[in-house]
Amino acid sequence: MDLVQLQRQLVEYRTSLYHEGFLDEQFTQLQELQDENNPDFVVEVVSLFFEDSERLLNELTKALEQQSIDFKRVDAHVHQLKGSSSSIGAQRVQKVCIAFRNYCEEQNVEGCLKCLQQVRHEYSLVKTKLESMFQLEQQILSAGGSIPM
Amino acid sequence: MAAQGIQGGRKSNKMTALVADDNMVNRAIHHRLLDNLGIESEAVGNGKEAVDIHCSGKNFDLILMDMDMPIMNGIEATRKLREMGIRSMIAGVSTRSVEHEIREFIEAGLDDYQEKPLTMSKLISIIHKIKG
Repeated sequence: MDLVQLQRQLVEYRTSLYHEGFLDEQFTQLQELQDENNPDFVVEVVSLFFEDSERLLNELTKALEQQSIDFKRVDAHVHQLKGSSSSIGAQRVQKVCIAFRNYCEEQNVEGCLKCLQQVRHEYSLVKTKLESMFQLEQQILSAGGSIPM
Repeated sequence: MAAQGIQGGRKSNKMTALVADDNMVNRAIHHRLLDNLGIESEAVGNGKEAVDIHCSGKNFDLILMDMDMPIMNGIEATRKLREMGIRSMIAGVSTRSVEHEIREFIEAGLDDYQEKPLTMSKLISIIHKIKG
């Protein structure tokens, strides 16, 4: 595939991510913060998000496996996940977190378990998509091109 | 006009900021936002650390204070800092949308309040308030 095709593919892919609600305006904000002095800013922050989310998902799984569930603790973790997903523009993850917190407040175990499953799913989707997008960007850069905005 | 620190006795003319947020993704983003505007920043993970760093003698032109933090939240930390006589610009940042909680946060001594996530334009509007 030539450079122009790659660049077009990237723009189309990125647009679809916004269109399908995987990413929102906040992700655009992050891209705008990237420049020649900080060329890897987006990848770095997104990597932090991946790290943090995986930790939180593990904590959530453990917390919800307990005999006597500490809903405050579960809520605290979901709050964190909601915060970081919102900050990077991972809209679908953020949305599940909102529902998740409501179930925590109601102390609804089934609801929480369902949300945990959903949030794991949405997280893994957005992770895959972002990684694909970064790969495309790398291909463009390796081919000597620049990332179209 | 270069961004001047309003506290005297410092070698550099750069503005300084303290980011108080328990979320590391947010800390990274806030740091980058500030850095982009030529503002030096430090970060702490909770309200108690925000208070302690001032007790150690440090001072900042701007404090970006998250509301929900463990050990000591943003409301308590803001109150404490004001009691200590800290007059820096404190901008509360939070995802909370419940009015009375926001009011409580503001009444604790905030100079400004912005809803998260923080963007460049929100940060610029906060900074304009410092310059008067």
